[in-house]
Amino acid sequence: MSGILVVVEDRAGRISRISWEALAAGQQLAAQLGLPVSAVAIGSQTEALAAEITARPLAKVVRVEHPLLAQYTADGFSLALEQIIRTDAPAYIVFPHTYQVRDYASALAARFGQSLIGDVVDLSAAAENASPVFTRQLMQGRLNGVYRHTGSGPCFLSVQAGAFRADTPDLASTSAAVSVFTPTLEPTQIRTRPGEPFRDGTETIDLGSALRIVSVGRGIKDAANISLVQELAIALGAELAASRPICDAGWLPIERQVGSSGHTVSPKLYLAVGISGAIQHLVGMKGSQCVVAINKDPDAPIFEIADYGIVGDLFEVVPALIAVIKAAKQ
Amino acid sequence: MKIVVAIKQVPERDAQVRIDAAGKWIEETEYALNEPDAYALEEALQLREQHGGEVVVLSAGPERVGTTLRETLAKGADRAIHVACDDLGARDALGVARLLAAAIKPEAPDLVLTGLQSEDLGLGQTGVIVAELLGLPHATLILHVEKTETGFTVKRELEEGWFQTIELPTPALLTIQSGGNKLRYATLMGIKRAKTKEVRSVTSAELAVNAAPVVLLEWVTLPRKQKSTQMLPGTAKEAAVALVEKLNVEARVL
Repeated sequence: MSGILVVVEDRAGRISRISWEALAAGQQLAAQLGLPVSAVAIGSQTEALAAEITARPLAKVVRVEHPLLAQYTADGFSLALEQIIRTDAPAYIVFPHTYQVRDYASALAARFGQSLIGDVVDLSAAAENASPVFTRQLMQGRLNGVYRHTGSGPCFLSVQAGAFRADTPDLASTSAAVSVFTPTLEPTQIRTRPGEPFRDGTETIDLGSALRIVSVGRGIKDAANISLVQELAIALGAELAASRPICDAGWLPIERQVGSSGHTVSPKLYLAVGISGAIQHLVGMKGSQCVVAINKDPDAPIFEIADYGIVGDLFEVVPALIAVIKAAKQ
Repeated sequence: MKIVVAIKQVPERDAQVRIDAAGKWIEETEYALNEPDAYALEEALQLREQHGGEVVVLSAGPERVGTTLRETLAKGADRAIHVACDDLGARDALGVARLLAAAIKPEAPDLVLTGLQSEDLGLGQTGVIVAELLGLPHATLILHVEKTETGFTVKRELEEGWFQTIELPTPALLTIQSGGNKLRYATLMGIKRAKTKEVRSVTSAELAVNAAPVVLLEWVTLPRKQKSTQMLPGTAKEAAVALVEKLNVEARVL
């Protein structure tokens, strides 16, 4: 058992941001444990992807390549990665915590009798000679849990978007060696048939470039109350957005959803009204310059990342805010 | 079509989170059906309404889980299986999935559904591992299920507003994303009928699966603030005035 293997993914043909962060997490773990780090790019054509990472201080870059990996399937990716992991026998396998990884990584871990430590936000080798501990969020962000891998065999983990810094990477003096690994795959082993990705929204809203966003969550209680938050958005010259439950209920279209399943935004001002701040929402907006939270629950996780907070009844605070903004304009 | 829906009882969404004396979990509180599992149940009930068959709900946990199982029977599930297990928290995701898979296997269902993740641990792994253990093809984050002649066509949610259609053979396992359907409430008639429906109990010991965890939750803590938040006190009016002042002068974002 040796080394750390980081599985990278692409977005539009380039290494995705969260994959760079997974590499950074792998490097952090490597520095603490004194282990070499290698990277794996998986698909049917991985040459360009592998070339993007060879400048990093990696022991090696492995291109796991097969025509049956052209499109992601849980069966194809699990079978192929199982083979490289059995061959390479790493001590740690690090994934970016994406929808794709969530679809197969825990099944892959189970093949090794392992349990994935998913959505990790922090890691630490802690005491001397102790195995590292991994922090992940529980109870929708209201609690942190510290996990340790105790079994023999490889430790599987995935890292949350934005949790590890990838913007100032170390570069290696010589580029990492690249090899190609061809897994044994048969068409009959792929049991699912995936179609091409599509979008099905009709409304086009550019939340990504909005300077100010007013976002509404469960606290609004009823579809009829959305107009109150809309009025605040208009007064502030802001776009209206929402957390998932509001779009699930059909109170606002899914095009206005911020979070892991919706848009990622980073406006100058993000004003969260009645949003508790589950992880899935926070990953979509924590890059905002200034975050304001209005919530009746003083322990709501949204306050942990807010610059300004008001604990109170939104049905009192929002009308007061609209009045003050309108008065200031006159 | 026989559908098994694996559900979880979790602490109520608005319940206060208090760390217990051992520092390993939270104190006993009020419990409810995990919301993503409610969507899985709804999908199962709609499939039964279209195609006939049976909906069996399954849950592992202590005695209190029986209340949540009754609730799903009241919403329309036909019968329930309770895997009686007092040490659920000491098992890792693989250990819990082993229990559920062992309970599902003799049922030989055409379809297994579960929510995409639990609201307490948020691992989102149970369904995927159960599929692996039962040798079933699977798909996650599913918003819509259509039965075809040979299996299922499902709508899967991808990131950033994208979707994908996937075809799977029968039997299969799907984890259901919230928002695909409107949830139903139990009717008075449903609650009355639920009292006579079968809830079969099987103990974790009888299922005889490997319970030894390879991953341990060692301790829990309350999250640290990542930013120093300025809380604006006072009445709604006072807080609103203070906020607009701060946004204008300090943050300069208006």
